Amino acid sequence: MLDLPCPRRELPNLDGRAQFWANSPDIPFVRGVSMSHRIPEDQSVRLDRALLREHREKLQAHRGKATWGEKLVPLREFKEAAQGYGRALEPKHREQEVSRFLDARNDGIPHEGPFSKIVAFGGIYNNSYGLEAVLEQASASGAEATYCLGDFGGFGPHPEKVWPLLVQGGVRCIQGNYEESLSSGRDDCNCGYSDPRDNHFATISYGYTAENCSPEFRAWMGTHPKRRRVLVGDRRVLLVHGSPRQVNEFLFASTSPTAFLEVLLDQEQCDAILCTHTGLHWHRKLPSGRDVVNVGVIGRPANDGNTHVWYAEITDRGSELGVQLKPLSYDFQALAQDMRAAGLPEEFVETVLTGWWTTCLEILPARERASSRF
Amino acid sequence: MAGSAENVVETGNAAGRAATGRAAARQAVPRVELRSLDTLWFQVAGTLCNLACNHCFISCSPTNHTHEYLSLEEVQRYLDEAVQLGVKEYYFTGGEPFLNPDMEAILEATLKLGPATVLTNGLLLDPERCARLAAIAQASEYSFDLRISIDGYDAEGNDPIRGPGTFDRILEGAQNAQRAGVNPVLTVTEVREENGSRRGREKFMALLRELGIERPRLKILPVFHLGAEAQRSGAYEAWQKLADQDAAGEGWDHLQCSSCRMVTDQGVWVCPILVNEPEGRMGQTLADTLDSFPLEHPACWTCHVHGVSCRT
Repeated sequence: MLDLPCPRRELPNLDGRAQFWANSPDIPFVRGVSMSHRIPEDQSVRLDRALLREHREKLQAHRGKATWGEKLVPLREFKEAAQGYGRALEPKHREQEVSRFLDARNDGIPHEGPFSKIVAFGGIYNNSYGLEAVLEQASASGAEATYCLGDFGGFGPHPEKVWPLLVQGGVRCIQGNYEESLSSGRDDCNCGYSDPRDNHFATISYGYTAENCSPEFRAWMGTHPKRRRVLVGDRRVLLVHGSPRQVNEFLFASTSPTAFLEVLLDQEQCDAILCTHTGLHWHRKLPSGRDVVNVGVIGRPANDGNTHVWYAEITDRGSELGVQLKPLSYDFQALAQDMRAAGLPEEFVETVLTGWWTTCLEILPARERASSRF
Repeated sequence: MAGSAENVVETGNAAGRAATGRAAARQAVPRVELRSLDTLWFQVAGTLCNLACNHCFISCSPTNHTHEYLSLEEVQRYLDEAVQLGVKEYYFTGGEPFLNPDMEAILEATLKLGPATVLTNGLLLDPERCARLAAIAQASEYSFDLRISIDGYDAEGNDPIRGPGTFDRILEGAQNAQRAGVNPVLTVTEVREENGSRRGREKFMALLRELGIERPRLKILPVFHLGAEAQRSGAYEAWQKLADQDAAGEGWDHLQCSSCRMVTDQGVWVCPILVNEPEGRMGQTLADTLDSFPLEHPACWTCHVHGVSCRT
């Protein structure tokens, strides 16, 4: 839902609006194209009698005619012209065309590992308390490597506090849209929101984070790769921020069809994809036996009325990948206190304290929004 | 468009060949590549509608048979192909989709495969239909959205565009959807400059809240100077064309046609806007339409300049 500019052209007076329809010649009825056998005489059509009485000419203007751009032409003329455009490939060429289109993309990135267990998390959002907690869990779990899928900043207070924790924790990072934007000096977060209500709060988050990041921290953000490849056992795992295609693509469970994900995995030549960006964790085992995991975020609760946040533990289970999405408790009261002291919006603080999102809700698909409090 | 590659079966007639010749004579028409087929549209009600709005860029009406209904079987054939190509989301439009007796069965079949949106004028959204739609949506793991068109925040603004008495009936449909648990997106075109302005948006939001819609959703679209709208507000002018340099080195990935196609009863078109332009037709199956498309039409200029996204 874009915030679109107004049309540049001045619109003429609407009083002349019926002229085109009124001036249309009375077009004779053409056999085979009457509406009567196409639109059933059900209640809906009866309802429209009132409309029909009032602007009969307009409703009947197209008998036997097709609209070709702004002209009315005989139906057959349009249909014949249309069939003259486009291709009709032979069946075997169609197959070739599809495989050309879906060709695998080789990014040439070498695999890290192999590991038997890794921890992956996304969206720190300046929550140093959450970051401390997840690093403790990772070390207690015996994970051999810890990955952050990007978005160190946004939403929370004091961006610089997470930097030493990431360095000391040996966290292997990739850039999210925040790191891309901050390291390149972009003036917005490039979150990918389209509703003005979402963008209002996204601008506050980004503005605060940008103001409170040193040039050195920003430069460090830009040193991380945009994607990584990891072996867990013999499984090839691709790590990205939004999706393999785009840093700010939202992969929500209810808008990511299984067939679409299978195609992504084929193209990327991997057995699993780990992503974040949406703020909501989910895991799907695909019919092919492969996995897609949105690891969630540790910077903001998952809009379910609970104050904890989420991360993922990925283990080698021989024949398959073990995927565990894990809730993480942290000192959310301390975070809320720091946010208030930093002058961040009370809406953000409320989310931390209640577990319900109060901002950036319009991006949620219908299914995810239905279980949301606001 | 009717390409010269050897694997192409030429189906061109005189009109098509003449137009192709004209296209070749022009210089440097920019072309948009299909980077992935994310969004698949269905002209499920053809150009048949129970309204005949003054701004309809494809002049839909009860007698406009430029495109006919799609049956469940026809849709299913394209869905099978779409699954292979990794389509991410499905949209249904017309005309008025709910005139098509197969629409609910089509929606049910689609929601087994991915998220779906239906674009409707709201007139056929009686409580029973809304309850059935809610049940279909509930049974799917994917999201379902209903987009209801309205063109004014009051009858004085809307009815001259969409037809006498439509304002109240659209709102009744929206309320029925809301009561059944389907939160609709109101789609508004900029038939009046005010509709897309801050003040206009606020008025639409207030209207929705008055109806008891607590989470109002609004999508604003520019007008396309085609079909009935060309008669209402004027056709495109010669200068409204894209040239290579308009992309400013960034390519055309921001355009919908870099990730969508549109299915009608006569084949596959490049996008939802150009279905009444024969040169918008790209082939018979989706596989025929995976190559690039020339951005020659002035409507392409609207999409570029206004940053149009047809998606919800």
